[in-house]
Amino acid sequence: MKEYLDFEKPIVKLIEKIEEAKKKGNEDKLKRLENALIKVKKKIFEKITPWQRVLLARHPQRPYTLDYIERITDDFIELHGDRRFGDDLAIIGGIGKIDEFSCVIVGHQKGRDTKEKLRRNFGMPHPEGYRKALRIMKLAEKYNLPIISFIDTPGAFPGIGAEERGQAEAIAETIKEMSLLTVPIIVVIIGEGGSGGALAIAIGNRILMMENAIYSVISPEGCASILWRDGTKAEKAAEMLKLTALELLEFGVIDEIVKEPLGGAHQDWDESARILKEVILRNLKEVIKLSKEEILNERIEKFRRMGI
Amino acid sequence: MARDYPNGLWIKCDNCGEILYKKTIEKNFFICSKCNYHFRISHKKYIEYLLDDGKLEEYDSDLETNDPLNFPQYKEKLIQAQKTLGIKDAYVYGLGKIDNIQIVFGAMEFGFIGGSMGTVVGEKVARSFRLATQLNIPIIIVCTSGGARMQEGIFSLMQVAKTSLEVGISDRKGIPYISILTNPCYAGVMASFASLGDIIIAEPGAMLGFTGPRVIEETIKQKLPEGFQKAEFLLTHGFVDLVVPRWDLRRTLIRLLNIIWRK
Ligand SMILES: [Zn+2]
Repeated sequence: MKEYLDFEKPIVKLIEKIEEAKKKGNEDKLKRLENALIKVKKKIFEKITPWQRVLLARHPQRPYTLDYIERITDDFIELHGDRRFGDDLAIIGGIGKIDEFSCVIVGHQKGRDTKEKLRRNFGMPHPEGYRKALRIMKLAEKYNLPIISFIDTPGAFPGIGAEERGQAEAIAETIKEMSLLTVPIIVVIIGEGGSGGALAIAIGNRILMMENAIYSVISPEGCASILWRDGTKAEKAAEMLKLTALELLEFGVIDEIVKEPLGGAHQDWDESARILKEVILRNLKEVIKLSKEEILNERIEKFRRMGI
Repeated sequence: MARDYPNGLWIKCDNCGEILYKKTIEKNFFICSKCNYHFRISHKKYIEYLLDDGKLEEYDSDLETNDPLNFPQYKEKLIQAQKTLGIKDAYVYGLGKIDNIQIVFGAMEFGFIGGSMGTVVGEKVARSFRLATQLNIPIIIVCTSGGARMQEGIFSLMQVAKTSLEVGISDRKGIPYISILTNPCYAGVMASFASLGDIIIAEPGAMLGFTGPRVIEETIKQKLPEGFQKAEFLLTHGFVDLVVPRWDLRRTLIRLLNIIWRK
């Protein structure tokens, strides 16, 4: 059974009917249903709320980092371990080819089924995850390769081991070092941009954001429980936090919104990846023209402008 | 926070419960004479305790947030904090001297919305590092914070990036940076400049970490080990260089600066 969100019910029902019509070979009905599906999707997504975006960003069927890598790259070799403690599977990193471009790719990785979710720790990294990402990004600097970073995490893991091994230090160090690299860095927020755990690998020359992704300093649930001691008021908090792509574009925190197929990225992984690849390459081609010094300065000035 | 007793002469220790004579505690750097507990003190006290003649030539004292998210009830909260504390936001910095060595000195104020880092704190911390680089002098920051300023949303998160990258830039110019971690220091501040000192000093017993203990307990549904996230815990795990009692902070800074700067 495919999982879906409450507000997606009309969409899911129509898709089921379309499947049926396809089986029966009823062309007329099929066409009518397909038109209806577009209409329904449009109607739902026209007035989508920030909270619904949160749910979409966390959608169980949403493509994750490796799903995109598989579709975007012609070759990808995953590298493992931080050379200090272990290999954190909540963050992946490696080297690959996107068309003619050799590049380094890092990103948070969530798991699909229960077993995989646990293995990936729900996409919540430990310090060794950030240290692995940084180690691999330093290879990019050494080999003069651009970096693509995929952001999709509820946040850095809150646990005993994470604190013992310096979660805060790992994040701070990764941000500091990443911001001083002289190779092009393209960041894409593909799902959840959960606070410091997301930011740690999100210091780029270009910050792209998928249409239904979110990026926030705190989860709406966390915000609601602080403000009203009531995590169920997350819907209201999601509005107040201004965490959607459209709002963040207006703020200048992100540079570009990456369109998703109508109904959300989970409706069509291939199409989502195709659009994303195009946008990544266009941005990469722009940044790659700059000198190392310009690349570094552009990134520094970008983050200096954030806020006051 | 220590509660003042009605007559204002006595303070109860938060840690051991001892009733202490306020004058004695004041003379003892607000350290409990019975259990060594370090009371939380304002940024003004650190200026007084650490700098020559207790003097700071403050910079950017007028910088104020523009409430970028127009967050409900935030303005009221700000005005209240500004009125009570006489500062515009949770961080103060400027030029000062320690043992006649010119330094950039910054201190956070926990009393100001939990010492949270929003756009003003981020920008002023960034400017602190740029000032130190420009003048080619060491920088010392007293850190205390509950984390990011939630009311400034994504902009407060961006300050984590802004401050960390400024540490990196000044670091490459050879500017010495000493960070002093005081109780408590968490989340966005701990995951940025607070953890990036060349030399990291912590006050005894200070609670320091990325995620607060309550959230960790709720997440992993496990009791936390004794002394978890205390300064001494970070020392044994390799994330702090020195645990120094408050009464010895100034002397320690003088020794450090004389070795690394007055060569
Ligand atoms: Zn005591």
